Amino acid sequence: MEMNSPVGANVLDTPGIVGKPIDRVDGPLKVTGGARYAYEVQENNVLYGFVVEASIGKGRIKSIETRAAEKAPGVALVLTHRNAPAQGTGNHREAHPVLTGPQVTGYGQPVAFVVANSFEEARAAAYLVNVKYDRSNGKYALRANLNEARVPKPSDAPAADSAVGDFAIAFASAPVQLDVTYTTPLQSHAMMEPHATLAMWDGDKLMLHTANQMLNQGQQVIATTLKIPVENVRLISPFIGGGFGGKLWVNADAILAAIASRQLKRPVKIALTRQQIFHVTTHRSDTIQRVRLGTDREGHILAIGHDVFSGNLPSEQTYEGAALQTRTLYAGPNRLTRHRLAPLDIPVASSMRAPGESVGLMALECAMDEIAEKLNLDPIELRVLNEPSEDPEKHIPYSSRHLIPCMQEGARRFGWDKRNPKPGQVRDGRWLVGIGMAAATRGNPLLLSKANVRLGPDGTCTVRMAMTDIGTGTYTILAQIAAEMLGLPTERIQVELGDTSFPQAAGSGGSWGAGSSGSALFEACNALREKLARTAGMDPATARFANGSIASGDQSRKLTDLVGVGMDADGEIRPGRNNKDFSQQSYGAHFAEVGVDEDTGEVRVRRMLGVFTAGRVLNAKTARSQAIGGMVFGVGAALHEEMTLDPRFGYFVNHDLAEYHVPVHADIPDIDAVFLAELDDQSNPLKSKGIGELGICGAGASIANAIYNACGARIRDYPVTLAKLLSRLPVRA
Amino acid sequence: MKAFTYQRADSTAQAAAAAVKPGAKIIAGGTNLLDLMKLQVETPSNLVDINRLPLDKIEETPDGGLRIGTLVRNSDLAADPHVRQRYGVLSRALLAGASAQLRNKATTSGNLLQRTRCYYFYDVTKPCNKRSPGSGCAALAGFNRIHAVLGTSEHCIATHPSDMAVAMQALDAKVETVNRQGETKAIPIAEFYRLPGNTPEIETSLKPGEIITAVTLPPPPPGVQLYRKVRDRASYAFALVSVAAIVDSNRGRIRSARLAFGGLAPKPWRSAQAEQRLANAPSTTTTFNSTAAAVLEGARGFGGNDFKMPLTRRTLHSVLAEMTRT
Repeated sequence: MEMNSPVGANVLDTPGIVGKPIDRVDGPLKVTGGARYAYEVQENNVLYGFVVEASIGKGRIKSIETRAAEKAPGVALVLTHRNAPAQGTGNHREAHPVLTGPQVTGYGQPVAFVVANSFEEARAAAYLVNVKYDRSNGKYALRANLNEARVPKPSDAPAADSAVGDFAIAFASAPVQLDVTYTTPLQSHAMMEPHATLAMWDGDKLMLHTANQMLNQGQQVIATTLKIPVENVRLISPFIGGGFGGKLWVNADAILAAIASRQLKRPVKIALTRQQIFHVTTHRSDTIQRVRLGTDREGHILAIGHDVFSGNLPSEQTYEGAALQTRTLYAGPNRLTRHRLAPLDIPVASSMRAPGESVGLMALECAMDEIAEKLNLDPIELRVLNEPSEDPEKHIPYSSRHLIPCMQEGARRFGWDKRNPKPGQVRDGRWLVGIGMAAATRGNPLLLSKANVRLGPDGTCTVRMAMTDIGTGTYTILAQIAAEMLGLPTERIQVELGDTSFPQAAGSGGSWGAGSSGSALFEACNALREKLARTAGMDPATARFANGSIASGDQSRKLTDLVGVGMDADGEIRPGRNNKDFSQQSYGAHFAEVGVDEDTGEVRVRRMLGVFTAGRVLNAKTARSQAIGGMVFGVGAALHEEMTLDPRFGYFVNHDLAEYHVPVHADIPDIDAVFLAELDDQSNPLKSKGIGELGICGAGASIANAIYNACGARIRDYPVTLAKLLSRLPVRA
Repeated sequence: MKAFTYQRADSTAQAAAAAVKPGAKIIAGGTNLLDLMKLQVETPSNLVDINRLPLDKIEETPDGGLRIGTLVRNSDLAADPHVRQRYGVLSRALLAGASAQLRNKATTSGNLLQRTRCYYFYDVTKPCNKRSPGSGCAALAGFNRIHAVLGTSEHCIATHPSDMAVAMQALDAKVETVNRQGETKAIPIAEFYRLPGNTPEIETSLKPGEIITAVTLPPPPPGVQLYRKVRDRASYAFALVSVAAIVDSNRGRIRSARLAFGGLAPKPWRSAQAEQRLANAPSTTTTFNSTAAAVLEGARGFGGNDFKMPLTRRTLHSVLAEMTRT
């Protein structure tokens, strides 16, 4: 099915198992260790690999001495650019060639791969590889290289610039103006499971157990890189310990293992160490964002502008789309958004946790807070005033949009009316207490996805697709959809994911996973329902499926009596006109209460609430968990997360989890997420919208706004650390 | 990690005999050492495991103090009733450190001997005089947000990361040792740690083969005890600044006080001058100001850590005000 029209009433509209807060169907496997992650797959005769990283940011390998490593105990192979095969090329979404030559283009780039009988032997030998470099002067820091920034031209992302009306004139003449620059730091995904791969060859066919969010895409990238037919590559990834975008593309672990395995004719396994992940894989670029808002005296936006700088390798076009949401979130006749990309000699920057919105809203939603104060307006009122009736740049309707109800319901639940708009007025002991809010929005993409559903003679239903579950609950919601569509209990549904030998699927990323894969399954179930109805001699349109039976009128047949040796059907969803004719986003409102220690500047979150609308919620429990997880990301973005670049070496100094801080349990107190009822029948057959990344979008801004309300310090340079607050707090002397 | 041999010591003498050999390293909880070995920051050729030695008791001493065995786990020490009742600053300091899992494993002497968390020390491809004497200090002109402002040298500005040791510094603890000849020593903690000077690789006054058997605490001094740790997140972060304070005051007048600081220096930092400013002084802003000035005398920032000066001043104000509030 192609999404070209509203889906109308369907089976899911009647109350059923879809939407219920059932426990994860894969939960018992995970808590008992039964779920096997890539590195845990046992294979006889396996060898272990360890990466040697470049310890310079830019330059050339002058010499690489591998003899000591080759002679070390247990070592089977030391791969370098001298003995690695020629590989296919492309940007980081198309190919991932490794060890291609003596050039070093980014710190941590693999320069050797040591393979040995054990992990310990490989690691010990890796330290024996002696590499000498000719260093050249790299360009590392974004701020120092803005003059070289250019207009990025990616083939798979929106255009870098947009303009409506005449921003410059409108802003210059606006009665109330705000012109502020926010910066967000370099960030790392910091998912729990490290990047890991087990590679093995059977003749010219390659099988990879690998941690990857988008298997079909990964299959293509690996085929291109290794110059083999795509059908000769099989990726298996049934369980993934978090991705956050860090496993969207193929990383060096997969290619190195595949190449070594082919040379050695033995399975090769590798997991990057925690420290290696920061450089060997992707990260999120830092951003410098200038937001300009011009309003009339009542607060109507007359001009809205958002300029964003980010950085990436000279060979890449991927930019951090931090101004994308500014094109659609608020009304206003004069608009200007621009993205510029500075060429930098650091590892590849790519998608991480709501690329674009998550850092963009940290600027835009704080700027809204700032101008609300200038206007002497409540921040929610300001947003209500600027609610657009249609997408203000594309001039198309929203598929569904309930931002205002989210803000109002959130305000009611959170006690927003108790907020004192004057900063620094509320205290609890030595804590200055403040509350803040921000809007949430995240695009709702739909990707091609296919599914197969099969009902066996024993009454077990098997769902198959090359979909992934990165910890979000995909197994569970797919089981719920199949159960409801076929009138079976979820215990009878066997969901099999994570294998490219199954039908092609969207994978997990960009909040498209549930909508895309779930819709494909919905279509497959519809097709199977039709087959079953016809076999039973019933009208598919009126047949009811319940309790393992199909019924029509007073007739009823057990499904197991109809399927013979088994009956299956395929389903498919494709984006269509609806994805062009409607502006599709999920929405929400974040509320945060923080305490700022008036002496030390320490910031501690006290309460957080997110109220969201994202179409049909497929599982109330996993949806809430995802939203809360996103809000925790927001805490990290506002207060903690920052990779620090040392421009002398071109590397991220704090490349471990001791010093790259993410929130810990003690940082997350009273937190809740609520979904308001909504159905979006332009979005997909499930009438759902993406929720995976919605929770992070705006969450950090609500915290920054709460900090301002608490102590009157507006820190526009994230993360908001105590060092930045100290000079703005009441004098102690 | 380099290949190494492993031996389990059955007696302190045996451990001392093994530890005196070049390349030997004692292992107890291993929470820091193993990480450093994986990164080849530490490359011992022989590990001497002392976990089986009977040094895991907490006992009262005849003088009314406490003797803490070298192998007492941080969790056990923090939860010990004597410690909780009489040495609250120590219990709180312990619980402010690391995570529950690490505290379950980490030992008293391991905590004292843990290495700095300087990023450059942790990365063998970067210059570091502490790890590789003579290679230079990358932190001086690098990213030094967590680094020291007191007691530094041009060769090293790393901090000692312990919380426990800061409280022990305030409590005038002594470090008891034994060497392979069976000679014992009780080293005042003030003399236990060394400043980096020209030899940042030497961090303590321990001699090769000298093994810590216990830490003793004298009876606690009079007064209220407090440990305040200022950090970037609510748990599982090293101190930017921490204060262990014991203050004896009455009705706005301070009789005596002890102050030790973490996060500021290459060792737990005690300031006798600062304590003198508080002795027999009124608990006023003026007193606190002059105390803070005494603590920070000679302090020097390196850019990224300049904020530690105002932070120390403000934290000390907060702590002293809280402890002397009538």
